[in-house]
Parts: sequence; C-alpha cells; structure tokens
Amino acid sequence: MPDIQQPPELEHIPDAIVDKRRRKASHLIWLIPAIAALIGLSLAIKSYINRGPVITITFRSGEGIESGKTKIKYKDVQIGEVKSVTISKDRSHVVVTAEFKKDAEELLMEDTRFWVVKARISGGTVSGLSTLMGGSYIGMDVGTSKTPRLEFAGLEEPPVVNMDEPGTQFKLHADDIGSLNVKSPVFFRRMQVGEVIAYELDKDGKGVTVNIFIRKPYDRFVKANTLFWHASGIDFTMDANGVKVNSESMVSLLLGGIAFQTPEDRADTRPASTNSVFTLFTSKEDALKRIDSIVETYLLIFKESVRGLAIGAPVDLRGVTVGEVSRISVDLDTRNKRFVMPVEVKFYPERLAASYRSKSKLTGLRNSRELINALVSNGMRAQIRSGNLLTGQLYIALDFFPKAAPAKVVWTKNPPEFPTIPGNLEQFQTMLMQIVQKIEKLPLEEISGDTRKTLQSLSETLKNADRLLKNVDNTVVPETRLMLEDARKTLKEADKALAGAKQTLSADAPLQQDMRDALREVSRAAQSLRVLSEYLERHPEALISGKKEDKR
Amino acid sequence: MKYHGNTAASLGFCSCHVCGLVSRIGAGTAGARCPRCATRLHMRKPHGVEQCWALLIAAYILYLPANLMTIMETSSLISYRKDTILSGVVHLWQNGSMGIAVIVFIASIVVPLFKLLALTWLLISVRKRSTRRPVERTRLYRLIELVGRWSMLDIYVVTLLAALVQMQSLATVKAGPGAIAFGGVVVLTMFAAMRFDPRLIWDPLRKES
Repeated sequence: MPDIQQPPELEHIPDAIVDKRRRKASHLIWLIPAIAALIGLSLAIKSYINRGPVITITFRSGEGIESGKTKIKYKDVQIGEVKSVTISKDRSHVVVTAEFKKDAEELLMEDTRFWVVKARISGGTVSGLSTLMGGSYIGMDVGTSKTPRLEFAGLEEPPVVNMDEPGTQFKLHADDIGSLNVKSPVFFRRMQVGEVIAYELDKDGKGVTVNIFIRKPYDRFVKANTLFWHASGIDFTMDANGVKVNSESMVSLLLGGIAFQTPEDRADTRPASTNSVFTLFTSKEDALKRIDSIVETYLLIFKESVRGLAIGAPVDLRGVTVGEVSRISVDLDTRNKRFVMPVEVKFYPERLAASYRSKSKLTGLRNSRELINALVSNGMRAQIRSGNLLTGQLYIALDFFPKAAPAKVVWTKNPPEFPTIPGNLEQFQTMLMQIVQKIEKLPLEEISGDTRKTLQSLSETLKNADRLLKNVDNTVVPETRLMLEDARKTLKEADKALAGAKQTLSADAPLQQDMRDALREVSRAAQSLRVLSEYLERHPEALISGKKEDKR
Repeated sequence: MKYHGNTAASLGFCSCHVCGLVSRIGAGTAGARCPRCATRLHMRKPHGVEQCWALLIAAYILYLPANLMTIMETSSLISYRKDTILSGVVHLWQNGSMGIAVIVFIASIVVPLFKLLALTWLLISVRKRSTRRPVERTRLYRLIELVGRWSMLDIYVVTLLAALVQMQSLATVKAGPGAIAFGGVVVLTMFAAMRFDPRLIWDPLRKES
C-alpha cells in the first residue's frame, strides 16, 4: 500500500496549539529511589542494631534442640534463637550457637546459666509440660556478675533456684548425704523455706557438702549458731514416754529434707552471711546435743561387758543428760591378765546449773579439777546401767556411792580417767551366776536315779492293780449278774405285794370302813369315860354312894 | 534497511494520546497542546528515561531487603518459622513440593531479577543509542510488561495467609518486612516498565539512516 505514504489529508493536519507556559521538568520522581534507599537503609540499620550477641552453649546432648527453631527464653520471654547445632571437635558434646536480641546483651554474664527445658518428672513435681506441645526450649537464668561472656556450658538439669530469687545460700557439711537430693526441701518450724540446690563429695572423700538455698525473708532466721539436721523420713522413737512418730512433712518422707533451728537460749541477732558453713547433724536430738561449747573428755574403764552401750549413749546424772559416750574400745590389762573396756565420754559441764558454770568460768580449769576431785572423794562414780530392759540399751550413770572403795581421778592420763563402779547389771549378773552355781551343785543325778526307781515300782504296782481288776472282771461280774436277776425278781414280787397293800388301803375298802366305825366307838367310849372321871373327881363319894340326882 | 521508514515524529506529526487526533507539531514540542482536546502533546513520554531510571534504582534498592529479610512468619503450637523467599523455596523443595518450589523460585526470584536486569539493559541501550537488535529488544519489553504482574504471587500468598490464618495461639501467619520490600520491588518495576517508552529503541535507527 504505497498510497498511505502520501495520504491526501496530510495537508489538512492541524497545527498543535502552542502553550506559552513552559513545563517544568519534574525531578520529583527521584524521591522514589530516595525513599526506597531510606527504607532499605533503615531496614539495614535496624537489623544491624537489632543483631544481638551470638553465643555458644555446650550441652552433653542435643536432645530437643533444633537449629533455627529452638528458642531461648528468659522468664518465658523469647530473647534468642538457636542458629546452629554442631558437634564439638572432640565429639564429647554438642555446641549450640544462638543469637540473641540486642537488649539481651546485659543478660549474658559470666555466671548466666542455660539449660534445656523439657517435660520432667522429678522431686515429686512435674515441670515443662508445655514443651510437650511446643517443643523444648533453652531456659536461662541471668547471673549477677558484671563480666560479660559469650561461651557457656549448659546445665543438664534446670537449676533449682533462679539467681534473681531473693534469698541466701549456705553450705552444710555432713558425714553422708542421707536421702537428700537436689530439690529436697529445707524446713524451718515445719515450713518449707528453701531447697537443696547442689551437693558434692568433699575432695578428700571424708564427707559431703550440701548447698542449700533459703528464700527471703526466712534466710534471716539462719544465725551463726543455727543447727541444721536431716529431717529425712520418719523419726520413730520408743521410750519410757511411749511411742513417738515424728516427721517434718510427707514430702520429706519421699525426698528427704533438712530442718534447722536456732537455740533460743543463745540468741544471736546477726543473720549468717552468704555461704556460711554449718554442720549437718543426723537428727534433731543430735543437733541439739552438740550445742555445748565446753566439752570435757573423760575415760571410764569398765571391767564388765559393754554390750548394749552405743556411741552417743547418754551420760546421766540423776536423770539429766550431762554428756554422751563418744568412743568404746577394748583393751588388754596386761598386769591383771584381763580385758577392760575403756569408754570415752564427753562431758558438758555447761549443762550443770548456772552456779557451776559461772564458777568454772571464774575459777578456771584447776578449780574445776579440784571440784571434781572433791566430788569423787564424796563417792561420785560412773556406772553402767540398763536403760531399757527390752532393748538392752545401756547408759552411763553418774551417781554417789558413799560406800564405794576410795578412788581418784587420774588426771595424768589423757583423757583423764574417772573412777567407775560395777554396774547394777553386773551385780545382777553375779547374783544370777550364784543362783546358777547353786543349781549346779544340786545332786540332780541322784535325784533323778531315785525318781527312776520310784517310777519303776509305781509301774509294777499299776500292773498288779491291772491284774486284780481283770480278776474282778472274770469272777465277780457273772455272779453279780445272777444276783441282779434275783434282785429283779424280788423286786417284782415286792411290786405285787405293794399293789395288794394299795388295794387294802384304798379309801373305800371295807377294812377302812370298819376301822373308822370302830374308832368312832372308841372315841365315844373315851368321852363317857372322861365324863365319868370328871364326875368322880368332883364327887368322889359317888363311888360309894352312887350318883346323886341333879338338884335342878 | 528493513527498519527504515517514516515515523510520526520524523514527519513532525504527533498523535494526541487522549482523543487520537494527529496534529502537526512545531520545532519544539514543549508546550504543544492538542488543537481538539487541549491535552498536552509529546512525541515521547516526557522524562520517561529519567523516571524509569529512578524507579529502577528504587527497585534495586528494595530488592536487597526483599530477599534478605523475612517475608513470612509462621507460628503454630508446635513450630515457629521465619522464612525469607529463598529459605521458603528451600523448605518447599526439601519437603517434596518441588513443583511449587520451582514456581515460587521463578515467580519470586528469577522474574523480578530478570525484569530489573532487562530494564537496565534496555535503558542503557537506549542511552547509548544502540541500533542492534531492536526487534528482540522490543520483544523483551513486551515480555517485561506481560510478566510483571505475576511476580505478585508471593505477596498474594502472604497476604491471604496472613489474613486467613489468625487462630491466636494455635497458629498465626504474619507478613514480615521483606514482604513490603518485595511488593515495593514488583510495583516499582511495573511502573518503571510503564514509564519506559519502547519507541526510543527505534529512534536511533532513524537518526542513523
């Protein structure tokens, strides 16, 4: 179509109108990249600023930790996220790299702790149930240190107490851990005021150190002289007062526990400082026993058996415990060729009344020795006594025996030897022995021989009796039978005779009738005779003159 | 040779792009108006190249956060995810939805990048008054215009999910800052393509002849 190139209307195309106003070139369009740049820059800056610290945490296993998914939460608020989970070079643990939010920087201190939160059942409590649905997360507890740190070793178990929980930590030394465990409760007046947070064996292996945490405000009740003891399980005591079952709480039955108390008579107003070290006693009695600061050790040498005397057995002064047995051993007395039982006792002079206490303080050791010498010369002796006949528990009694052989405290020995006297039990035993010996002396064999003889003759007699009885059986019995038959016959006859007699004697029998008539006659005759006799009495002359006529 | 011929501009004519009237235009196009409807007349889109550049640069700037920042946050009871476009693609691929992964990869990563690069190339070639391969370049431009809107696929998905999946504690989907940047990239490239005047590809050919 070559015509189109020169269309006929080409000349008729109108001119454009010319607008005088010049159009300004608009550079506003450049605002858009500027804004875009601003947005991009702000996003970049924001992400750079928000980029928090990146830390590494090592765990023994990567259970429940997923890179890019597992969160790090502090007080249940997410503050970080696991970026990667790798295995350490020596393959002993996993290394978790986590990125934190910017504001979490000051939470990552030297003593900040991390642990994996997952569902756990421990210590009678169930925790972390929400992680069953939402997956595990890493929990953290912010430390109090001011030194920042970026490499951490994660805990395998969640800590019992958070750092920011107000309270105080203490250390307890114990011989053994008992039934204690992490999270075991600590009681004060049967109220749970804290927990066991850790325990470890001492380096020398001779005991354990238990770390406990007492919450505020109860931590101020822990004084420098506070006593701690195991409140584990049931305290079952049977004594003269009856049966006593004591337990701090049901929880402590399962978990074990620790109780503490401050002796009231020695009130110390200053609370103990953090990480003070205390001794953990095995029982409350044990704890309260050892509050005495002055301890004097004496050696008691007994010649009798100390079976039933236990370490810790009381030293009793007329019913008041003033000490306890601390060591029992056996020794050979070479001179007398016999065994002796050295018993070491701890004596707490403070338990004596105040007068002694003040005196002993004033006068010092020498005077207290003099005092004890005086007491001994007055007859004070130690003696083993039986505390409980059922269990055979022994205790050591201090008492005065004025008749005792004179003795002295041997101060030269260490510990000094306190004189003893054989115990009631020994006397009792001696007495028993004498009885036994007497019984032994009895001519038991002869007696038994005689008895045997007697018994033999007795058996012969019995045999004779037996024979006799058999005779009786053979001869007498048949005759008796005949006799009995005869008797029966006789009885039948008698029976008949009696029936006849009965007939004769019945009321309407003719004999009876006749008899009655006869008797009546007799009675009448008797009456006439009485009249006659009366008349004759009054008129004896009538016997001669005959009966006179009545005047009437 | 075959590209030679008259254009409206070479003959001094200009078509009103509102009422379609062709009018003779003087030496300077500035201030020319259509004699019939008084619409401002111009031979080529005014400041087209400049504006195209501006929008393109803005798109480039936003392209970085669009790909580096999270586009979608998915949190449910059992999991929590933050996805950038690429991590989402990887996730889809790993979970077996390879087809969708490919679609998302093409629509969200390849296409925007292709648009940006293609537009840049077109702009540079126009500026250099290149005469090479004008037909291919024009075809490329048409492709850019055609394909531009499909890049919004990602944004559609994110906005739909974010609006629909709002079950409070059970599951929530939130659009991340990357989504805004990505949407910005798509919109800006579309505008840039609109501002580009394909006739400019052909102008150098005429001048040379």
